[in-house]
Amino acid sequence: MKSLLNSALGLTLGVAFASSASAQDLTIAIVNNGHMINMQKVAEAYTAETGVNLNWVSLEEGVLREQVTSDTATGGGQYDIINIGMQEAPIWGAAGWIEPLNFGAEYDVDDMLPAMRNGLSHEGTLYAAPFYGESSMVMYRKDLTDAAGVVVRDNDSWANIKGAAAAMHDPDNGVYGACLRGKPGWGDNMAFITTVVNSFGGAWFDAEMRPQLNSAAWNEAINFYVDLLGNYGPPGSEGNSFNEILALYNEGKCGMWIDATIAASFLEVDGVAYAQSPNAGNPVGANWLWAWAMAVPAGSPNADEAMKFIEWATSKEYIKAVADHPEFGWGSVPTGTRASTYAYPEFQAAAGFAAAEMAAIESAAPEATDLKPYVGVQFAAIPEFPEVGSAVAQEMAAALSGAKSVEDALAAAQDAADAIMKEAGYYE
Amino acid sequence: MAIVARSSKFSRIMWPTVAWIVALIFFFPIFWMVFTSFKTDADAVKPEFLFSFKPTLENYFNMTENYDYWRFAANSVITSSFATILALVVGVPAAYAMAFNPSRHTKDILVWMLSTKMLPAAAVLYPMTFLTKNMLGIYDTHFLVIVVLCLINLPIVIWMLFTYFKEIPKEIIEAGKMDGVDTWGEIKDILIPLAWGGVASTALLCFIFCWNEAYWTVRLTTTEAATLSKLIEGNRAPEGLFFGRLSAVSTAAVGPIIVLGWFCQKQLVQGLTFGAVK
Repeated sequence: MKSLLNSALGLTLGVAFASSASAQDLTIAIVNNGHMINMQKVAEAYTAETGVNLNWVSLEEGVLREQVTSDTATGGGQYDIINIGMQEAPIWGAAGWIEPLNFGAEYDVDDMLPAMRNGLSHEGTLYAAPFYGESSMVMYRKDLTDAAGVVVRDNDSWANIKGAAAAMHDPDNGVYGACLRGKPGWGDNMAFITTVVNSFGGAWFDAEMRPQLNSAAWNEAINFYVDLLGNYGPPGSEGNSFNEILALYNEGKCGMWIDATIAASFLEVDGVAYAQSPNAGNPVGANWLWAWAMAVPAGSPNADEAMKFIEWATSKEYIKAVADHPEFGWGSVPTGTRASTYAYPEFQAAAGFAAAEMAAIESAAPEATDLKPYVGVQFAAIPEFPEVGSAVAQEMAAALSGAKSVEDALAAAQDAADAIMKEAGYYE
Repeated sequence: MAIVARSSKFSRIMWPTVAWIVALIFFFPIFWMVFTSFKTDADAVKPEFLFSFKPTLENYFNMTENYDYWRFAANSVITSSFATILALVVGVPAAYAMAFNPSRHTKDILVWMLSTKMLPAAAVLYPMTFLTKNMLGIYDTHFLVIVVLCLINLPIVIWMLFTYFKEIPKEIIEAGKMDGVDTWGEIKDILIPLAWGGVASTALLCFIFCWNEAYWTVRLTTTEAATLSKLIEGNRAPEGLFFGRLSAVSTAAVGPIIVLGWFCQKQLVQGLTFGAVK
């Protein structure tokens, strides 16, 4: 027993102190998506060239945020590079939680799409570099619209979109007119719903940051959303988000899908055509803007090396490296970040959606306006938004499933949002 | 007499049937997870592909090639094993003292120990991060995970061992004392052999709890000591769930513990029913 105890303690202490990082190690916290997984393979060349070892830690989005905030609050050092989205970048930059990024002239920061650069900056300083960006657009089956004798146009009216969905809807043959996000989550159903509300002239908050979910615009928009998806969407839509709809679409079960432009690169069915997002009179905010980006948390002991890696991983050189990689190619390059990507003839040939994606990103309007007095299209760039958005998302899913009426769901959502904003001290 | 015979025949069919139904209900999620792990992500969400699909090992290859499954699995084995051993090393003497030499505060101490389980883990996330990272410098080490897992499970371990030890007649321990056996001898030569079923089932349950622990193992590690819980967590994607991939990772994570439970089910049942019938 004594010898067993000794070995146990010895081994425990041994493994405890065996884990010390060298100066040439970078720990990178990433969210799990295709482009980041590809980057791990492409970056093997970076390690070979520079000798910097890259430790990738894949985390769920919520846990990643929690870990980064607790790490930052305790002085940092846990991660050298983190993945963050457009919602956090300006807030965290302003709070001093992430380092400002300064790259050399070769990086060509002006090549970065202006919408992405602005969305990831605070007061003109870039705090995170995008590794892929997206807006939203309509992806519809031209063969089905032609057969039904309907036309989908750029920036079409919602009424026409509904007409086209109705014309293509053929559930007996497994084809649903419109596949849209219904799964509750601030980044799931609320991303799409917010663009619908924006296009109806609504907004999350007024100038005093009081929630506006009891406004006529929200009521009209949600009634339209529930009507469209409830009547012409696939059954169980309240459980569908990006991945679920992608699977349905590739099975030929969707007449149209309005979602992230990045989806176009995963579509495998023939006859897909693209159109800019529809609206109900207000085109501003009808298509969203999002980027997954890389940032250096304050307190990273390897900030210089981390900065160098980000400079490489978000550069033109990296995009070319993905295109030239034997496992990937031009169809797999991260899009929505640099204007130069769209200029490559090889990319244009591989990505039929390139022009539509570029147009959608360029027309996205995250800036604050009189109508929408906060930064962000499908979100508000305030720390409380994930909590508000998640609470409202549950109510919208309840309205979609029929568990609540639209009016009851909006009233409950307004109460929940009001309580959170009041608690946060925006007003009394 | 005829009624008794009829009812026992009824019982002979009825109870096993109920037991099978309950067992199948409990087993169904695991069956579904394993089943889904052999589907592609696209097939996993299609209702018409419930049972008719082309099985693939793609998710398992992805798990080992892209996510270094074996490193996470090795960390789970190391941390769960040593945390269980440490919990028993502390728990057996503690339960012995409380079962055979109780003071007037013993019950209070037992209740207090259990009350520590009522503390929401999130409430101490910041102090734990600060202490382990900034003051002790043991963040993301096996040592930290082992200590934390041990401490989390210690109340359960002591409570279970205390219950088993209480079933052993005090006279047997006293007889040992009369024969000149010291305290360590009492534990080693008398108590543990007599309560072996209980000790084994406590160890097994503690190991299972350590293996499945996800809150702290995800939050107190980055790369070096990350366990299978972190691997599962990392496979949750921001744009919806990849059910096929997630099912494969989950199957590979719970597989070892299910196999262990299968082989040790005799000890588990023996230990859990120890003292149930007097």
